[in-house]
Amino acid sequence: MSVTLTATDAAASGLQSRRYSGRAIATTVAAALVFTALLFLVTPLGGRVGFLLVGAVVVLAAVAAVSWRIEGRRKSVNRLVTIGAYAAMVIALIPLAAVLGYTVTRGLDRLRPAFLTHSMANIGPLEAGGGVYHAIIGTLEQVGLASLVAVPLGLLVAIYITEYGRGRLANAIRFFIDVMTGIPSIVAGLFVFAFWVLGLHRGFSGLAAALSLAVLMLPVVVRSSEEMIRLVPSSLREASYALGVPKWRTILSVVLPTAATGITTGVMLAVARVTGETAPLLLTAGGNNFIHTNPFSGIQSALPLFVFDQTGRGVDAAVNRAWAAALTLILIVVALYIAARVLTRRNSLASR
Amino acid sequence: MSSRATVTDAPGSAPGRKAVALVGPRRRGDGIFRGITLGAGILVLGILVAIAGFLIARALPAIAADKGNFFTTKTWDPDGSKVFGIAALAFGTVISSLLALVIAVPIALGVAVFIVEYAPRRVASLLGYAVDMLAAVPSVVYGLWAVYFLLKRLIPLQVFLADHFGWIPLFADPDNRAGQYSQSVFAAAIILAVMILPIVAAISREVIAQVDPAQREGMLALGATHWEMVRMAVLPPSRPGIVGGIMLGLGRALGETIAVALVIGASFTVNAHVLSPGNSIAANIAVKFGEAGALGRNALIASGLVLFAITLAVNLAARAIIYRAGAVERSAAV
Repeated sequence: MSVTLTATDAAASGLQSRRYSGRAIATTVAAALVFTALLFLVTPLGGRVGFLLVGAVVVLAAVAAVSWRIEGRRKSVNRLVTIGAYAAMVIALIPLAAVLGYTVTRGLDRLRPAFLTHSMANIGPLEAGGGVYHAIIGTLEQVGLASLVAVPLGLLVAIYITEYGRGRLANAIRFFIDVMTGIPSIVAGLFVFAFWVLGLHRGFSGLAAALSLAVLMLPVVVRSSEEMIRLVPSSLREASYALGVPKWRTILSVVLPTAATGITTGVMLAVARVTGETAPLLLTAGGNNFIHTNPFSGIQSALPLFVFDQTGRGVDAAVNRAWAAALTLILIVVALYIAARVLTRRNSLASR
Repeated sequence: MSSRATVTDAPGSAPGRKAVALVGPRRRGDGIFRGITLGAGILVLGILVAIAGFLIARALPAIAADKGNFFTTKTWDPDGSKVFGIAALAFGTVISSLLALVIAVPIALGVAVFIVEYAPRRVASLLGYAVDMLAAVPSVVYGLWAVYFLLKRLIPLQVFLADHFGWIPLFADPDNRAGQYSQSVFAAAIILAVMILPIVAAISREVIAQVDPAQREGMLALGATHWEMVRMAVLPPSRPGIVGGIMLGLGRALGETIAVALVIGASFTVNAHVLSPGNSIAANIAVKFGEAGALGRNALIASGLVLFAITLAVNLAARAIIYRAGAVERSAAV
């Protein structure tokens, strides 16, 4: 009895609002699309892009208006925002799918073992052959050297901030580390160019490139290590102190090993970010076409530089090489990201 | 409410724990190790000072040798007539970045709200990861993709905007360029929007996720619709963090180099017509560096100093806002 009562009472008193169901929505959308089509036939509006844009606006307006009429203003606005949130998510994923999809399809044409094991030596400007061997060597050496500089330094800074730093100086260091993450990569390149290449007369080299990459890596390493060190439970430190171990030994042999997995993850993400940097290399590495294994002197190539160089040539053969090199670069970066993610899963500290 | 936050946030640290924390025996090694780490910290501050110092040292002679006014001249010819200035470059940098923000911010906020408020738990982390992947794609790959995929597909959109919204100065197309050739400030802004979207989305997502669930439940219990709950309970406390995230995105857009260099079209004009080619400080450095002579390189460094100053100001403001809003953990993607 009570069931029937509530149903009729609710409908009568307006407590249970009327529903704007799936079929009614579909009808509204169809009507709106027909209206847009008529609009395009009658008015000077035209073009596929125009139809999509105008159609989307008309459909949204129609759904909102009908919903307002049936369900009232509040639910109508709610419906619009929900559609907007879904649309934003879809729009955000489109470029990701487009960039990765197109790079994979274009890159696979030329990505062969020979492409990875040959340099561009003796390849004419219009010729098709050649490969990225010299660029891969450059990238590995530059990123490796950058890590050798940035990781120990970044770790020490993170230890200072978390374990020793108190007061103004520590806060200033923490603040400026954050500000440093915002330094444009080209400014890091200009700095190393002004300081190392011109100031110290060292010329372009893989090492100069590594220094500019280290400037970009450093704040990322500090921040991620800092976060992981903070997660180490203080009971571990106290147990170590209780055994009479001095603080510095405690940090080195208890705190750091406990945080090691997380720190490694952060370092890998920093490496992944820096591997794709092009702008600073332009001003520090120079870029060449042949194998140059010594990073300490002489111009060197790198994968991102290679992609940029080949993109600018405009010849089909060069553009194909650019796509294959871009795919190689993306594969390296994505591999680093996935490895970092797998490590995070195994990290007992991060599983909060 | 506040007591609840302390209990859930920091289960390990009971009140007053810090005061009684054990320090451990003092040894000489401690002083040395502390000194080393302090030295590293100071070295990092030193690097920041050195960046400013070396750029200034190279920039000042270039500005002194400039036969035009460095801040109001539009052309860039340091090695020939020695007349150069950053007016057109700085203008293009700012307008392309602002336009990128206009495009990216609504989408990024929609994404953040969707992932936290609408998506099912399991899908949510996956979607968040996918958006973060946008930040993993190297800038040069975006540039390559824009040149050989996006630009020609943008032409219909540019023509549509010029035809129907040409009366807005922003979309005016006096030289009728929109339909023929697609390198433009607009194209650069779209690429920039894609590149800063993950930053704004990641930070917004984190601040939105930190809002106390009790606030949401309270709003829903009062009969609010989902959107009313988001608008009244979630967005107000998240606003400072979101603003900070937007500023960080702006900082990134201002300094972006390679992708912009490939699509912006390198013209030296100052006008609001975004469907025409423009230029940016960073793109100009990348394009002109290879062929620049001694004065040319110093002039480029001078323009880089201006870029450094602008991005530093934006980042300082962003950090100050985020700090005041309470420490927000940053995701690795940022």
